[in-house]
Amino acid sequence: MEKLFETKNNLPVRIADIPVVPYNKFFEVITFLLRSQDYHILTYLAYPTDQGLSFVCAIADDQNKSISLISHLIPNGAPLKVYSMMPKYDVFHSCEREIHEKYGVVFEDNHFLKPIRYSHDRINKESKITDYPFYKIESDELHEVGVGPIHAGIIEPGHFRFLCAGERVLHLEVQLGWQHRGIETLFLQKKKLLQRAVLAENIAGDTAVGHTLAYSQAIESLAGLKIREKLNYERVIALEIERIGMHIFDLSNLCTGAAYQLGNASLGVLRTPTINYLQTWCGNRFAKGLIRPGGTHYPFTRELQEKLLTYLDSFEEKYAVISDKLLNLSGIQLRFQDIGTLTRKQVYMIGGVGTTAKMAGLKRDTRWSHPFAGYHELHHEPVIFDAGDIYARIQVRHYEILQSIKYLRRIAEIMNFQNQVPSPITDENIRLAKSCLTVSITEGWRGEIVHTAITDQEGNICCYKIKDPSLHNWWALALSLRDREISDFPINNKSYNLSYCGHDL
Amino acid sequence: MIAFLLILICALLYPGTIDKTKAILSGRKGPKIHQFIFDAWRLFKKGSIYSDKSSFVFQISATINFVCLITAILLIPFAGEPSLFSFDGDFVFMIYLLGLGRFMSVVAALDVSSGFEGMGANREVLYAALLEPAFLLLMGTLCIFTGYTNFNDIFTALYADQYLASVVIIISSIILFLFILVENSRIPADDPNTHLELTMVHEVMILDHSGFDLGLIKLTAALKFAVFGSLICNLVIPSHFPIGIKILLFMIFQFALAVAIGFIESFKPRNKMARNPQYIISISAIALVLYCVMIIIKNKM
Repeated sequence: MEKLFETKNNLPVRIADIPVVPYNKFFEVITFLLRSQDYHILTYLAYPTDQGLSFVCAIADDQNKSISLISHLIPNGAPLKVYSMMPKYDVFHSCEREIHEKYGVVFEDNHFLKPIRYSHDRINKESKITDYPFYKIESDELHEVGVGPIHAGIIEPGHFRFLCAGERVLHLEVQLGWQHRGIETLFLQKKKLLQRAVLAENIAGDTAVGHTLAYSQAIESLAGLKIREKLNYERVIALEIERIGMHIFDLSNLCTGAAYQLGNASLGVLRTPTINYLQTWCGNRFAKGLIRPGGTHYPFTRELQEKLLTYLDSFEEKYAVISDKLLNLSGIQLRFQDIGTLTRKQVYMIGGVGTTAKMAGLKRDTRWSHPFAGYHELHHEPVIFDAGDIYARIQVRHYEILQSIKYLRRIAEIMNFQNQVPSPITDENIRLAKSCLTVSITEGWRGEIVHTAITDQEGNICCYKIKDPSLHNWWALALSLRDREISDFPINNKSYNLSYCGHDL
Repeated sequence: MIAFLLILICALLYPGTIDKTKAILSGRKGPKIHQFIFDAWRLFKKGSIYSDKSSFVFQISATINFVCLITAILLIPFAGEPSLFSFDGDFVFMIYLLGLGRFMSVVAALDVSSGFEGMGANREVLYAALLEPAFLLLMGTLCIFTGYTNFNDIFTALYADQYLASVVIIISSIILFLFILVENSRIPADDPNTHLELTMVHEVMILDHSGFDLGLIKLTAALKFAVFGSLICNLVIPSHFPIGIKILLFMIFQFALAVAIGFIESFKPRNKMARNPQYIISISAIALVLYCVMIIIKNKM
């Protein structure tokens, strides 16, 4: 067995230290590790170097809280053709499509090697998003239903193609890419820290804290900055409030999907003070501008602490009433139980993370497995449910909200206000490590967010890879619908609430 | 004639009353009770847009549907005051007038050949077929109970046998109330407010209608409420009361019905689609039980 290079969350690694192995070894090591459910893929990327196209795969070891790195190189001039890892593990499907689209690498036996998001810098510029090669079955009995990319509601653009036999869905294909803005390319073009921070905030507008934190940690780790305890706690507070706000929003939205007006109205009312608290703190309801590399413009004061506790008190009291009603209402249970059920095996195979993994009994929570910011002291234990249906997704959200409230209280208690928090670091004072790679993971409300930054010999970022939890989780939605009723699609979609722009980048 | 006018007035206030109830119960102010009149008027002032993939069937469907409803109203008496038309078996005529209206909206939905609307039409027809026995069995019960076969005589003769009448009236009203919820595509069988095409039943069929036609469809839906609501009123308002009190009671009952629907829609989630047939059959089943009991009581077997 090849010795892998092991690192931790947010620790920079010299590129030279990552073992470069031939593809058959690369394939063997990765597929061997993934046989255990303690391992999962964090990121699988390719980037051009002077020698050729370099592949890097980061595998998380949840038990040992470490990250294993392995690399493979296709030298210049060699054919861009390798065999696919998808037949073994579906999780590679999206990653291989990304690499195929960008560099034209052919993955043999990956039968779904279609463009994933029609990125601006794709190799085959001839391909157009409007004639995406959908999976088809020729039959007189079947019919196709296409939804989107323009939707009746307020959600983002995405196209869903259902192959149905009557009300039963045989196959759902999710075609995304309509929101592609070229964020990864912009990350390389825009060199100022502030520009990049604003870009990170807009990867997925509903996960501004999660993504900006992942970006900040990547920069801090490459620059060797040590973050003080108080700032780490502040980041935890921001992340947990974002989690409460979005989980509440999802629960409220699910009530709308089930036409349960009481739940929709009362949970909607609870969301407003949550995001308004962030506005009191930093002037933006989605916490844009709050998280910056190296420091913050908005230190957490005593006054804010008092406001936080007042908000939590009133929130907890109201939430207890409505959540009790919601979880125990027979109509809600009837509507949500046994709908869109996924098995643990399915979620594991597609590499589901976050809520999607936790509702199917898979323990995937980077606050527990790869603690960052102030989570070292919190000793987080993930909320796990086994059922794998929409009701389990509701339960995971419910208990995570309670957990977040608990964490917020504890941090407000242990935070030391004597400590000063520095202002964000400026472009003049920062120097990134040369020829290094860092993997930065945070647990957004959807699941793990992985930002991978690679620097060149001059210390400039030459590859920035973003992996939103939605990338793999979209497949959970597709599988949830397989062989089930088409009328349950909207509530399934809401129960995952995946990001379109986080996927499209 | 009184029935005709009262039903029209009630119909215009029905959607507003339901919405207002729901708004108040969820802590909002909500639109005015007579907002529907403005909405309908706004739609009537607009022209309709027709898809170039659709035929004349699509263009006439909304109008025929509306005319069917108006004709059906003519058959409905007002607690002892006779209706404009009446003949033996007029309730069968009425339910199939509504059936014709539904048929027209279904063929119009199929006519535009949209993937969504075909699905909606499919569901609508299934539910209608399952629901129809409920109404006919209920009317059959009332026919056996009173010995007459038209609306006028049934409702006048209903109070002859005081004790039995109260039981029949209560159960019939419950059946009619459940019937109204399904017939008008309300929660729990359908959700009139959803924007999710894939879960719609009735709403998805009218996606392609616009302007004047849409106004007619909305008005037809409101009339349907008032028609079935007035059947309940016919059941519960004794025919020998003075006319003034009867009108007052009629308005109160219709209002209470709209508020009740608002309550249900505020506190109850909708069924999953697969459970709807079971739910609808259960309404027909209650009607069947009532019918069998009536046959036994009246020694018709």
